[in-house]
Amino acid sequence: MGGYLLRRLLQSVVILLGITLITFALLYLLPADPARMIAGRSATAETVTQIRAELGLNESLPVQYARYLARLAHGDLGRSYAQKIEVTELLSSRIGATFLLMLGGIFFELLIGIPAGILAAVRRRTAADQSVMVGAFLGVSAPQFVVGLLLLYILAYKVPVFPLGGFGSLAHLILPAFTLGIAGGGWYARVMRSSMLDVIHRDFVRTAWAKGLSGSRVIWKHTVRNALLPVVSMVGLDIGTFMGGVVVVESVFGWPGIGQLAWQAIQIVDIPVIMGVVMVSAIAIVLGNLLADLVYPLLDPKIRYGG
Amino acid sequence: MLVSVLVAIALVTPPLWGQSSGRASMVVTFKDDISTLDPAIGYDWQNWSIIKSLFDGLMDYEPGTTKLVPHLAQSYTVSADGKTYTFKLRPGIKFTNGRTVVARDVKYSVERVLNPKTQSPGAGFFGNIRGAAAFSAGKTKEVSGIRVIDRSTVAFSLDKANAAFLHTMAINFSHVVPREEVQRLGAQFGHKPVGTGAFRLREWVLGQRLVLERNPNYFLRGRPYLDRITFQVGVEPNVAFLRLQRGQVDVLGDGIPPAQFARVMSDSKLSRLVAVGDQLQTGYVTINTQVPPFTDVRVRRALNMAIDKQRIVRIINNRAVPAKQVLPPLMPGYDREYAGYPFDREQAKQLLAEAGHPNGFSTVLYANNTDPNPRIAQAIQQDLAAIGVKAELKTLAQSTVIEAGGTKGQAPLIWSGGMAWIADYPDANNFYWPILSCAALTPGTWNWAWYCNQTVEKMVEEADALVQSSQASAREAKFREAYRMIMNDAPWIPIFHERRYTMRSARMSGQVALFVDPIHIPVHYDEVKRTSQ
Amino acid sequence: MAGAKSRSRSASIQIRQPPSAWSRVKRNKAAVFGLMVIGLVCTAALLAPWIAPYDPAEQFSDGMTLEGRPLAPSQRFLLGTDLLGRDLLSRLIFGARISLLIGVIANAVALTIGAMFGTAAGYFKGWVSTAFMRATDMMMAFPALILAIALAAILRPSLWIVALVIAMVNWVWIARVIYSVVLTTSQREFVEAAHALGVPTTRIIRKHLLPHLVPTLLVWGTLGISTTVMFEASLSFLGVGVRPPTPSWGGTISESQSFFLEAPWLVAVPGASILLTSLAFNLVGDALRDALDPQLRSV
Repeated sequence: MGGYLLRRLLQSVVILLGITLITFALLYLLPADPARMIAGRSATAETVTQIRAELGLNESLPVQYARYLARLAHGDLGRSYAQKIEVTELLSSRIGATFLLMLGGIFFELLIGIPAGILAAVRRRTAADQSVMVGAFLGVSAPQFVVGLLLLYILAYKVPVFPLGGFGSLAHLILPAFTLGIAGGGWYARVMRSSMLDVIHRDFVRTAWAKGLSGSRVIWKHTVRNALLPVVSMVGLDIGTFMGGVVVVESVFGWPGIGQLAWQAIQIVDIPVIMGVVMVSAIAIVLGNLLADLVYPLLDPKIRYGG
Repeated sequence: MLVSVLVAIALVTPPLWGQSSGRASMVVTFKDDISTLDPAIGYDWQNWSIIKSLFDGLMDYEPGTTKLVPHLAQSYTVSADGKTYTFKLRPGIKFTNGRTVVARDVKYSVERVLNPKTQSPGAGFFGNIRGAAAFSAGKTKEVSGIRVIDRSTVAFSLDKANAAFLHTMAINFSHVVPREEVQRLGAQFGHKPVGTGAFRLREWVLGQRLVLERNPNYFLRGRPYLDRITFQVGVEPNVAFLRLQRGQVDVLGDGIPPAQFARVMSDSKLSRLVAVGDQLQTGYVTINTQVPPFTDVRVRRALNMAIDKQRIVRIINNRAVPAKQVLPPLMPGYDREYAGYPFDREQAKQLLAEAGHPNGFSTVLYANNTDPNPRIAQAIQQDLAAIGVKAELKTLAQSTVIEAGGTKGQAPLIWSGGMAWIADYPDANNFYWPILSCAALTPGTWNWAWYCNQTVEKMVEEADALVQSSQASAREAKFREAYRMIMNDAPWIPIFHERRYTMRSARMSGQVALFVDPIHIPVHYDEVKRTSQ
Repeated sequence: MAGAKSRSRSASIQIRQPPSAWSRVKRNKAAVFGLMVIGLVCTAALLAPWIAPYDPAEQFSDGMTLEGRPLAPSQRFLLGTDLLGRDLLSRLIFGARISLLIGVIANAVALTIGAMFGTAAGYFKGWVSTAFMRATDMMMAFPALILAIALAAILRPSLWIVALVIAMVNWVWIARVIYSVVLTTSQREFVEAAHALGVPTTRIIRKHLLPHLVPTLLVWGTLGISTTVMFEASLSFLGVGVRPPTPSWGGTISESQSFFLEAPWLVAVPGASILLTSLAFNLVGDALRDALDPQLRSV
């Protein structure tokens, strides 16, 4: 296990480097000039040239990238072009909120999706199954902006149960997390359902269910545990996706996550901030998937990592 | 059961709005983050007026108007040739760190903007101070044209007379900063500002809120009225509107959300809370005069006659007036008599035929992708199609449109909405130099029409030399003539002049104009007050 | 012919083991409903120029109120108008083209790529698995948004770019999930036995693994239509995809969503179309799977 972890971590470093290179190159090739965006609409050509020199944007791609890596090795993510403060400061001011929303979102996804999926599987082809299916499609198809706005309108404005967006307490987290939960819950429900059905009809489990031992707790535990495998994959992926920022939900609820930061940075080509967010997102993705991979053997002991 | 648990949680945890009971306070919302409070750098919608409330310049404007008045300066004189301005500082003005402001601070502040290390977007405004170019290029250690005469007197010498110079002494970039604090804080100065303004920074939680409190030592007695202002950032306009109705917010910093606009205006209670004001803004389509077939002025005039501006204004819920010329109505020099091009499709088609395009032609229209600009661009696209001009629409991220506009020969047509042009100061030359002049034609220019008319250029230069206040009407007349010539050349299709609509809660009072101030954009924080005051 | 034989075999199996009459009827009805919806959408897409009441790009001067608000459904505009005074019904009909193309085809491509990657990674051990899975990590972390912006500025916007970006982004999810399913399935005894017996890999994959992947693939093939259509909307917003004024269901939602409280039909109608279409594919997919593989019929 130790060897496996070490290998994964090394691979992760390679991935991160690869991502920084790709992102850096993309931003370099983008037909937009950060110096011009900083200089603004009233600057002279001299000012733009001077700013470009100040930021080292005249250099070639390899030189700029090497300089970036050198600073990165010291933990220096640079300074935001627009705000002039350190990228690490900007990220740390928002990462806590993103982390909380990620936890809350996954919590609601599982809360909604797992029981619904199990119900649909066990009550297959009944009205319950059909409604879970339609509900899942509804949740997935509904645009998050609209769902969020509706939730705010009904549960925070018309009936002031929750605060009207913002950040600061558990009450603030519930609606945005629930919005994420609705969208993702549909996926989890459907996947859980098909996974359950697959397990139920396998091997001895099928016989046990057919024999009427379906009420047995052992059978239940075995079934659900095995059915959770693809769900674990999805949770791992969700960790990565959510940590990269969910700009729509953050915008509607005024949640100070890194999604909003990234969006604004992209508008003005604030390269250090964009790179910083991409890094955070990449780390989270790698860690999320690693976590999922580590959990698989816990659910299905037959899974081994040979190579 | 679950609902009651959730309700219990919600009731137990206190809301975190910056409402302090018993104080004269105000809450303002913004969608985007506030990037910096450094007057040398801040150039956004959100921070422009906040910076004006934290810092001061030698000059300012009468609240809610475009009239220049001395501010930090007690008085000023202009030399006979118009090239030297001497300002006398008011005595006893202090920075919030306790130190008195002296003339040397004024010189330092402007030099700071001209210093390339500051990366200031405002360096261009002080370009014609003598010695500025040499200083920026690093050839000299100071700007020779700024002279400290004594502790409270500073003089600016210009290369050539510039009638708009006083405006540059009122703009944020010239606001006075204390050198010792800038040097101590370095890049953090933008987040820990120290100025002379009516307010000082109390708290800034990045990405969430920014709180200002009144400066008890502000030099203008009786100002500001408010004790505290809280800015909530990251708030969607639709949600801000809901918060306003629940009494949690006082002013919508981004204005009334378009989705609610019609409803608000027709609701008797809500419409009373609306504040309306003109802006120094024009939205226009630039026609690249260097890209065929737009090299032919007849084609450009034809386009001008093809657009149904009334319909476009309707698309944005009538929150603008159709434009016939370059300057907005609020701008001194606006030509009330100019009729512009009529909306006449037949005449437009005729002109196109005369120019050799009886069947129209294809071209590309760029626009930025934030609402409502794609919609406006599609409306323009349809109007052009009606006269046979098939315009392919490219709605892109703002930075790429700006880049395309500044690249020679690339963008034939650009809808300026969301990007340009709102005046930096209320003078007619601000609509010329950056966006219509020959001097601006360098790579990366904002003169997206790539327009250059030397006759007009000379006329504007002459107008700028008319410095004395007695020459003001002659100057305006010259500008009217210049802009008429420009419209004759038709490098633009002026579409509309936006009016700003916002809402203020019933708790706030003060002249309506202060909530949609054309200079202290968007709100003049020093001057607004609560109804109890 | 093998095909006919297996069909008649499954038909005979169906007759020999009838599920309860009630569930069979219900299932058929659902599938029929699904087919009807798909048929409707395809018809709309194919015959759009002939059945749409108006030109989808035409902005009517009287399609908006004097204050610029869209019109609610009326006799003239059966589904109302949008924020530029264009007929929503016509835009819905023409929009079916884009949505079918993107939602179904781009999604299917992403599905195929992802399934191949996931299966290979889960089945083959060693460096193949590692390489494939790290590749998925990399693709997930890839800043697709920035790529989209760059492509939009450099290239002429076209549907192929949209399809490409969507396929690039979406395949990762299905790959990871398939990977986990294959991982557990391939380590079961019968697979190991088959492998030991020298059964060719492709046959193992086809006969023993694939059937277990079908449910997951089905989920992604159907729910994925919704998310893909919405994703196309955000790509078009960035300027990559369909050029305005070409209508698309996701695009209409995207440009109207902040007006939801004022003109809900602009979001509800295209949203319902997306919902019904993906649901329809799901119903048909379920029925198809039942008919084609009797072993899984009860799954």
